[in-house]
Amino acid sequence: MLSLSKLTAMGALALAGLALAGCEFGPKQSQQTGYRGTGIAQIVDPQNVVAPGEVPPPPYDLPAPSGPKAGEVYQNVKVLANVSQEEFDYTMAAITQWIVPADAPAEEAGCNYCHNAENLADDSKYTKVVARRMIQMTQNINQNYSDHVKQTGVTCYTCHRGAAVPAYVWTDPRPSDGRLMGNKRGQNTPSSAVAFASLPLDTYAKYMRGNSGPARVISKTIHPTTANRQTTKDAEGNYAIMMHLSQSLGVNCTYCHNSRSFARWEQSSPQRALAWYGLQMVKNTNEEYIHPLANVFPANRLGPQGDPYKTNCATCHQMQRKPLGGAQMAKDYPALLTLAPTVAPAPGAMPANGTAAAAAAPAAAAAAGN
Amino acid sequence: MPSYQNIFTQVQLRGHPEMGMPHKDGSDPRINATTFSYWMGKIGQAQIGPVYLGKLGLASLLFGTLAFVIIGLNMLASVNWNPNVFLKEFFWLALEPPGPEWGFSPMVPLAEGGWWIITGFFLTTSILLWWLRTYRRAKALGMGTHVAWAFASAIWLYLVLGFIRPGLLGSWSEAVPFGIFPHLDWTAAFSIRYGNLFYNPFHALSIAFLYGSVLLFAMHGATILAVGRYGGEREIEQIYDRGTASERAGLFWRWTMGFNATMESIHRWAWWFAVLTTLTGGIGILLTGTVVDNWYLWAQEHNFAPAYPDTGVIDPSTTLIAPSEVVIDPNQMVEDPSVQPMVPTQTQGS
Repeated sequence: MLSLSKLTAMGALALAGLALAGCEFGPKQSQQTGYRGTGIAQIVDPQNVVAPGEVPPPPYDLPAPSGPKAGEVYQNVKVLANVSQEEFDYTMAAITQWIVPADAPAEEAGCNYCHNAENLADDSKYTKVVARRMIQMTQNINQNYSDHVKQTGVTCYTCHRGAAVPAYVWTDPRPSDGRLMGNKRGQNTPSSAVAFASLPLDTYAKYMRGNSGPARVISKTIHPTTANRQTTKDAEGNYAIMMHLSQSLGVNCTYCHNSRSFARWEQSSPQRALAWYGLQMVKNTNEEYIHPLANVFPANRLGPQGDPYKTNCATCHQMQRKPLGGAQMAKDYPALLTLAPTVAPAPGAMPANGTAAAAAAPAAAAAAGN
Repeated sequence: MPSYQNIFTQVQLRGHPEMGMPHKDGSDPRINATTFSYWMGKIGQAQIGPVYLGKLGLASLLFGTLAFVIIGLNMLASVNWNPNVFLKEFFWLALEPPGPEWGFSPMVPLAEGGWWIITGFFLTTSILLWWLRTYRRAKALGMGTHVAWAFASAIWLYLVLGFIRPGLLGSWSEAVPFGIFPHLDWTAAFSIRYGNLFYNPFHALSIAFLYGSVLLFAMHGATILAVGRYGGEREIEQIYDRGTASERAGLFWRWTMGFNATMESIHRWAWWFAVLTTLTGGIGILLTGTVVDNWYLWAQEHNFAPAYPDTGVIDPSTTLIAPSEVVIDPNQMVEDPSVQPMVPTQTQGS
């Protein structure tokens, strides 16, 4: 009997150890953020806090916006032509520090990553063409998506963080070839993108392209109507993109939603409306600014389907509720805050009215009911 | 000092195995191989066998094995026949039903969900044959058919999930995938799509019967163990010849909660709780998407769910009001007792 009870005790201890192996020990901090009794709270594990990241200081004091314009002094300045030459130099110095800092690999460091050292005005390097479009993208976000980025705004550093390619990007998934071999039907793979569930992995392409429909699957009526033909499978995709939002911001579902009814806006927190503008911003950014660069990038800067690396929530947020902990960075770089009148059409297949279309994007998205 | 222990039986009998009564009908012969297992004797009867396989049992096992193997091979093919990846990702892998584009057509290419339909057919055949087997074996032994009808209740829920409801909605894609995590994710997505299954009253009933079954099982098991020293484990005898075990067990529950089930009725309680778990669950699933598309709105309409104060947030796609103009600090949301909570009036489509 003694040996049996010893055996039982050892077995129970082993099972308990196994069962607890997946737990995060240590105290958690819980903050109520909604009406009492609804379970709307944010749970934080203080031992596993992701650092918001350091904001590099400006290269030097912002020069006065006087003196000759960059477009008058330099050749082939298409986007920042109306900025003073001194502020232009200051902005270039900052961008170099953000994208290709001195500690980057030798071939990715300094002005020559984008510029031809013999002739700085030359557009022969693809990186210069991309950078020009990215400056327009930053200006568009700061000017037209203040509903999401508020007065904090964004800079190149919000995404790049000292790297030529931002850490958090996505590309189009391989479409199903209709065969059984190696075909997981776009899901059923352990991936951090879907919080290690078996949910669909192609949800960025489904919800973060310009023509993406709204991430809404729940009916607005009690009984079935033809107004909502979304299936349970669509709900899985919707669930997956919401996991991405949750992970990218390091928050629970209840940061935005009252989980008793995910769809109802009058039960949701104001952050949900912020996120809606963010989704419109990501769709517009990917479609108007990044995807048209597909024929500018070399093959090693494209995904397996030949599309450029695109943005999602994590590209800027990087597990923070506010990117870089909400640091006020863009105010030091006024050249990036508003869209400059374009001198020449954007590269690639971009239509000349790209910026005008971008400006109207939130209204258009609203009209489409996204 | 009583030494008889109900669970850890200390004395295991060895001798001529108990072979049971001879057949009264034209049943197939039993497989007469028997043995004794010391470890099985620790948790139950030490004697293993004889087994009655029969034509139904054989057919059921064949169809079940086919379904099991097809699921496994589909999972293995999805990882390019790599056994390492198969083991590593096993909990994520699945055999998925056809997509919405195939409707409820029985003719779907194998790689697009055809294997799922075939597997579902084989598994259903296996389960129905096994049901018939439980019915026929009970009859052959001169028993009632309670086990078969309880099993039928579980089969009802299985068929509603995988066949009846997808048929009514005209789409295989509404059915459940075969896979560990995939079927759990399906469950969560199903609840989200139909506005929170928590507010489905039949789902609520099913949970009540499920938890009730657990509670009844624990109460009954504890009671019988507790009166084991008075012969309480002889439950059938105690039904028609109530002894001190029944008297004490009944008195215990009358003392503690004022009422007691009888030696017979406790088994009817347990049977009905178990049967009603899947019976009500199946009804709840069947109504979802066919009659009710949003259970939260249904529950609001029928005063089944409480209404909480409005947060004042408006869908930005309908208003274009910047969020900054409607922001309310969630910490400031306190209920004003003089104001009636707003009850949503979503009755469109009724």
